[in-house]
Amino acid sequence: MKVSLEWLRELVDVDQSAEELAETLTRGGIEVEEVVNLNKGFEKVVIGEIVSITKHPDADRLLVCAVNVGQEIITIVTAAQNLQVGDRVPAALVGSTLPNGLAIRKSKLRGIVSYGMFCSHEELLLEVTVGLERSTEGILILPTEAPIGENVGTYLGREDSILDLELYPNRPDCLAMANVAREVASLTGKKPHLPKWSEQDPVLILPTPTDLQIIIEEAELCWRYAGLVVEEVHIVPSPEWMQRRLKAAGIRPINNIVDITNYCMMEMGQPLHAFDRDKISGNVHVRAAYPDEIIVSLDGVERKLQADTLIIADDLQPLAVAGVMGGLNSEVTKNTTRLLIESAHFSSVSVRRTSRRLGLRSEASNRYEKGINAYGCVATLGRVCELILELGAGRPVALVDEVKNLPPHRQVSLSVQQTATILGVELKTAEIRQVLENLNFSYLEKDGLFNVGIPTYRADITIEVDLIEEVARLIGFDRIPTTLPQGDLTQGRRTAEQEFRRQLRKALAQSGMDEVITYSFTRASADAQWGSEKHSIPLLNPLREELGVMRTSLVPGLLDVAARNVARRNTDVSIFEIGNTYWGEEQPLRKLPREELRVAGLAVGKTGRHWLNQPVNYDFYYLKGILEGLAVEFGLPLDYRIPKNQSLRHPGRSADVYLQNQCIGFLGEMHPSLEKEWGLERVVLFELEFTALFAQMRQTVRARSIPRFPAIQRDLAVVVADETPADAVMSKMRKLGGELLQQVEIFDVYKGNPIPDDRKSLAFSLRYQSLERTLTDEEVNQLNTRVLEGIQQEFSAEWRK
Amino acid sequence: MKNEIRRIGEEALRELKELDGTEALQELKVKVLGKKGSLTALLRKMGSLGPEERPIIGQVVNEMRSRLEQAWEERSAELDLMFLQKRLATERIDITLPGARVRRGHHHPVTQIVEEIEDIFLGMGFQIAEGPEIETDYYNFEALNLPKDHPAREMQDSFYITEEILLRTQTSPVQIRTMEKLCPALPVKIIAPGKVYRNDDDATHSPMFHQVEGLVVDSGIRLSDLKGILLNFSRQMFGESREIRLRPSFFPFTEPSAEVDISCMLCGGAGCRLCKGSGWIEVLGSGMVHPKVIEMGGYNPKEVTGFAFGMGVERIAMLKYGIEDMRLLFDNDLRFLQQF
Ligand SMILES: [Zn+2]
Repeated sequence: MKVSLEWLRELVDVDQSAEELAETLTRGGIEVEEVVNLNKGFEKVVIGEIVSITKHPDADRLLVCAVNVGQEIITIVTAAQNLQVGDRVPAALVGSTLPNGLAIRKSKLRGIVSYGMFCSHEELLLEVTVGLERSTEGILILPTEAPIGENVGTYLGREDSILDLELYPNRPDCLAMANVAREVASLTGKKPHLPKWSEQDPVLILPTPTDLQIIIEEAELCWRYAGLVVEEVHIVPSPEWMQRRLKAAGIRPINNIVDITNYCMMEMGQPLHAFDRDKISGNVHVRAAYPDEIIVSLDGVERKLQADTLIIADDLQPLAVAGVMGGLNSEVTKNTTRLLIESAHFSSVSVRRTSRRLGLRSEASNRYEKGINAYGCVATLGRVCELILELGAGRPVALVDEVKNLPPHRQVSLSVQQTATILGVELKTAEIRQVLENLNFSYLEKDGLFNVGIPTYRADITIEVDLIEEVARLIGFDRIPTTLPQGDLTQGRRTAEQEFRRQLRKALAQSGMDEVITYSFTRASADAQWGSEKHSIPLLNPLREELGVMRTSLVPGLLDVAARNVARRNTDVSIFEIGNTYWGEEQPLRKLPREELRVAGLAVGKTGRHWLNQPVNYDFYYLKGILEGLAVEFGLPLDYRIPKNQSLRHPGRSADVYLQNQCIGFLGEMHPSLEKEWGLERVVLFELEFTALFAQMRQTVRARSIPRFPAIQRDLAVVVADETPADAVMSKMRKLGGELLQQVEIFDVYKGNPIPDDRKSLAFSLRYQSLERTLTDEEVNQLNTRVLEGIQQEFSAEWRK
Repeated sequence: MKNEIRRIGEEALRELKELDGTEALQELKVKVLGKKGSLTALLRKMGSLGPEERPIIGQVVNEMRSRLEQAWEERSAELDLMFLQKRLATERIDITLPGARVRRGHHHPVTQIVEEIEDIFLGMGFQIAEGPEIETDYYNFEALNLPKDHPAREMQDSFYITEEILLRTQTSPVQIRTMEKLCPALPVKIIAPGKVYRNDDDATHSPMFHQVEGLVVDSGIRLSDLKGILLNFSRQMFGESREIRLRPSFFPFTEPSAEVDISCMLCGGAGCRLCKGSGWIEVLGSGMVHPKVIEMGGYNPKEVTGFAFGMGVERIAMLKYGIEDMRLLFDNDLRFLQQF
């Protein structure tokens, strides 16, 4: 809502500047988004009269003018060719910054000092209709009666500021100047002086037309329809003051009749529509459109209406789409002599739906959508009558007012005690009384209990807390002290799961991975590749097609991030994300889907170059090492198995990750066949189910005592078939070694000369130890031999001495 | 024999001076004083001496032995020092070279802010509640006093899955879910951090972002309590000297409603570019829980009151870290992330 300060001043005393008023309103709950000073750029532009014009002695194309700017005569050098002695023109004095941003300085042009500049339309951002016709050829030339020395902004009536209100949905009443004035009055303790038609229940007395009936067929959607018949209509442009105010409000002036309806809408908040009375056949019907009924709108477009669209029609055809647009057939033209001016209530839901559907939004439809005050329909027509007569635009002759339904007048009680309880500030009865006075609400008070009559324009106030908010707003939120809740102390702590999520995130970061957060929606194709097409949930209205489905895997998001970074030459990427995946069990969804938290990681590239160490490639073992670190930290017995499904992952470099015999995710290199599609080479990934990790996480630690007896270490190297998993050999060793074999570690893997191509050498370090006694060498040798022999047998291993 | 002792002794002392290794020193010691050493051998011969000569020679030997031992010790200390000096002279490194690096990853700035907010409210006795990101129309709107066709629904452009199921546009549904779960227990005192979604994408809006919701319900909860809790939070989050101010606002699920501004952390309230000259920065929305919402949660609005607040995590991250474009937070450029 654009509020002209000049207009507002007519409706309420304002002794604040535009900026101060904006602050008052904002602190009072009516947010002012912006204050626009219409005169900006005109501050040092004055009307000057050209006293003389001489040729510049040293430049053919320059003229030297003496200009009377009121207090003095100054010299301005110009290249303009449309000037004559005696012309009155806008002269920008030294120091001004014009509306188009041009700064004016004292300047020397071929030896002659110029003390300003003449302005054209463009420099002042003015419409070309301003000024004499000769202006189009260069400098703007003002009418000869323009007063010399006066500020051009003042002369053009630009000395106004516009307050742009950002209204919350609960205050549609402030889409009317009258109610903004009331609000300003409440907040500043002034009395508004509104047109009498803005008061509660004014009476407009005109005869009822004999030849016109209003028939409301949809009483739910139209509570009231009033029509004013005007005769002897004389269509001309509206007066300058009205045009100026409409322009300030962002509305284009058209003619006196349209301008009066718009002006009254801005002032009273009630949208109006003028029909050519002579083009209405029979009665006016407010009804639902027939299936496929057609109306040609004012812009000449033929529009097919849906059956539930509320329209205004005569006995023969549609005249308008209620609250949204008028029809071409009943349009007011310069030949119109009789009018029917509509002032009606239409349901906000209906207007919103229709204006959406037709893609038509206007000041009128906006007001209907937010909800209007049905009590104000006839009052607004009263104001229309007043202006029509004032402007000599016609003669109001008849009024028809069809009322189906009016909301009841509301009384809301307000207790001083409850106000104090909710706000936490003690208020005296007198203070609350003052608030209600300032709001201009009627009330009865008894023993600290107010019974408040709510004006019809404040539909937002229905219960006591609504009034308490009014009190808070008007006394100012600064009056409310700061306290702390009175109850018992409560303890705040994370749940075990919340804490685990946090620890897991920390552990991954400490392992050298950067945390990323990606969108929960992704491309359907990418999600189908890595997740489950069957379960992925499509959005009805995605932002973009490539954000069309809810993810069932975190992997595509990570791949996107990696690809984007690699493309930007951030070649070494090691990232993770902890986030939800979303699993729909049926399409379309009938109940809420399962949200499954996952943790995923990606690495591509290598550790940075460093003078001390060779870079380490981000490969399978790099990520496996990180997972093993997590396994140790959280006591998770993860094991890795050769996977069955390998279409996405490198068949030789991938594992399914198991926890307590349950597959909870994977770790592996992306299948080389996908590398081109993703623009990444040798990228390794893991994705695990968070809940499974949490379920198996070690809750408490039971300390074991440190063995008192020394350990004996034996190294053992064997050559086995290349495809033999090292883990199988180690498990066998553990089995054979029994409880005295406390630890088996692999410390070398070797392939190549002199070992045959299809075999590899594995070197283990075995630690034997007893908790009860010191082991003898002999004992350990025997055991070690048993381990070796067992391995030799099981894996056809050769002992490498 | 005396001469013999002296000769061996003097020779050993001379040799000692020239030795430059501890091992050689030890060898010489063994050669002279060891079991089979030359001086020891001489001592053995003492049996053949007369009883009056023995003490004299014995003394000579002992003197020589202690002289030698002392010399050894001195030479040994000398050599230790020499070696130490030599070692120190050669073992010089360039301490300006970078150290062996342990790579540390970075937490996403949004997570860092969420955790910071969580920690502050945990300290004030709040629990952390969570709820689904895909919500029903009922929890996201209706139970929050936003019936179908309410104009305020337009304040938020939602992503729909079906007519009844959508991506939550706010963390507020957790208010209802928590009250339903806890009712009739009191007090309810939670914050609810999480992802929310709105169909919007520009420098200050992202289709996915994070909010932290707060809710306190108990008997006798006042607007002044809200002010106290939020002042406490603002000071912990943005600095001890912060002030807050409440401005009337509108949310369907609170009444009265207030926007909360904090005094600008950059200029302290004098006015600067960050606060657009006003000295105040809008950081969260809040209010007293609407009686209808209390009722939807299962409590009796005549017996209990409550306050609620909500803040955008990205906005706070942008303020705190001076980030100009919200989209940077989800672009995940490593050069950006590794700053935090
Ligand atoms: Zn500032």
